[in-house]
Amino acid sequence: MSASSSSLGVPARVSTRALGARRFRPGDAVALSVVTLLAITSLMPLYWMVITAIQEPTLVVKLPPEWLPKNPSMANFAELLSRPLLGRWTLNSIVVAVTVTAAQLFVAALAGYAFAKKDFAGRNLLFWLYVGSMMIPGQVTLIPRYILMSKVGFINTYYGLILPSISAPFGVFLMKQFMQTLPGEIIDAGRIDGASEFGIFRLLVAPLAKPALAVLGIFTFVGEWNDFLWPLVITNSSEMRTLQVGLAMLQEEVPMAFGLLMAGATYAAIPITVVFLMFQRYFLKGLTVGALKG
Amino acid sequence: MQAIVRRLYRDRWGYAFIIPSFVLFAFFFLVPVIWGGYLSLLDYKVFDKQWIGIRNYVELFQNHLFWVALRNTALYTLAVVPLWLGKALIISALIFPFSKPIQTFFKAAFYLPHVTSAVIISMVWLWIFNPPFGLLNYLMDLVGLGPHAWLGDVRTALLSIVFMQVVMGGGSSIVLITAAMGSIPYHLYEAAYLDGATKAQAFFRVTVPLLRPTLLYLMVMGTISSFQVFTNIYLMTQGGPQFATTTLVYLIYDTAFKQFNFGLASAQAVVLFAIVFVLAVAQFKWLGQEVEY
Repeated sequence: MSASSSSLGVPARVSTRALGARRFRPGDAVALSVVTLLAITSLMPLYWMVITAIQEPTLVVKLPPEWLPKNPSMANFAELLSRPLLGRWTLNSIVVAVTVTAAQLFVAALAGYAFAKKDFAGRNLLFWLYVGSMMIPGQVTLIPRYILMSKVGFINTYYGLILPSISAPFGVFLMKQFMQTLPGEIIDAGRIDGASEFGIFRLLVAPLAKPALAVLGIFTFVGEWNDFLWPLVITNSSEMRTLQVGLAMLQEEVPMAFGLLMAGATYAAIPITVVFLMFQRYFLKGLTVGALKG
Repeated sequence: MQAIVRRLYRDRWGYAFIIPSFVLFAFFFLVPVIWGGYLSLLDYKVFDKQWIGIRNYVELFQNHLFWVALRNTALYTLAVVPLWLGKALIISALIFPFSKPIQTFFKAAFYLPHVTSAVIISMVWLWIFNPPFGLLNYLMDLVGLGPHAWLGDVRTALLSIVFMQVVMGGGSSIVLITAAMGSIPYHLYEAAYLDGATKAQAFFRVTVPLLRPTLLYLMVMGTISSFQVFTNIYLMTQGGPQFATTTLVYLIYDTAFKQFNFGLASAQAVVLFAIVFVLAVAQFKWLGQEVEY
């Protein structure tokens, strides 16, 4: 192996960090081309989705495909938006994702704070139950939850869509791991200043936990927006479908309307792409919280 | 008695803060898990239920379709998880020597397909795999091969879904692997080079062994999530053709919500849980020795 090779993810023989900017070597070009090619392959399907969506409907099945549509058209989106239930599905998805995220942040922060900073009988046993249940595949609880929801009349309601997702034990685990790192003196100081127990949580602990709340909030929102199996089984009328389930129904209804379907897929991908680009650093850092060495 | 009351009173704020979470957790996790085990021992159709002991399990293991689903799920997992990890490891190794902005650019590029929902990915790939008009058959045509019904052929259906997952996946693993690479102390490489190690030797003898906890974690998580593949199957093949893509979770869904046989479906779910649990424990046991550095 020559010294010019920069691949394989191992540092160079001379610590380049000590020398400032590292020199560009021939091996770098090879490495960059390989990763670029892989990245293009990964992103190609999404690009293909967008260009199909903005293609004139009659040109969608044209071969060879137009990689850069000469006459982009919004006709597919116009047809998508003219579908009577699209607005309702979008609203349902927003209501579910926003409510679950807000409720879970509140509930998980409270519980995480108690697990990290409060002493009470049964604390370790309870926390062990939460952590243990993170290992259980969701399908084990799917059927009992469904029967439970039908017994209390929550099938096809927002309650049915929202309530089961709030309790996800991962949120409590994440918040506890973070709250543990907060210094206890802050809580003592608040108590000396005469703050109530809830006041300490709201005014001192919650603001300090913002980084962890941001990570949990973003991941919960994305997870809920993309969720499919639970909304599929818990709703049975077209009006109560979330956007993901609605799109799946559209796919069944008009399987060959590629332009319309890709417009629908693009439409559902836009909010999540915006969230991703806005909070990119949380995605690219946040996942490591509590994942390793924990 | 008084001591217990006093203790509970002293700890009251701890309980107060736990209660909102715990009520939901008990209602939607603890009760369903136990109830799910109980349901698996019932003959539970829509309107009647009856205790039948382990007969659901007996029926399950005698059912040919269950074994087909188990085989499909195992094949899918055995293909997807190593390919995901291999892809992520190669990309991480290739981008790690570059500056932070270049690394971030590629991490974001590979992560974007990962945040896109399984419904969207499935719809796009249904279009790509489409026999006469899809992108894949156009590319096949360019190299002189005829169109192929990728998802309609028993031999290629599961393989096509694996291919799709490998092309789209790996984004979150890259983030974790590069983070772990960053925490390997530099002096270990210095020592290796002093002993005359080549770059390749440094990678396989220093980097990979020290990444083992991360790779193990990703392998366990990947196995658990692969065993639960559902949305892609539901949208793309409905388990077909001829059950070639019927996975365990698709079978559970079909048994419970198409045939309304809740008892049998619960038994399938319990078996799924047992398999995932054993696999996770085995992976940790075989590969999880501590790494010190």
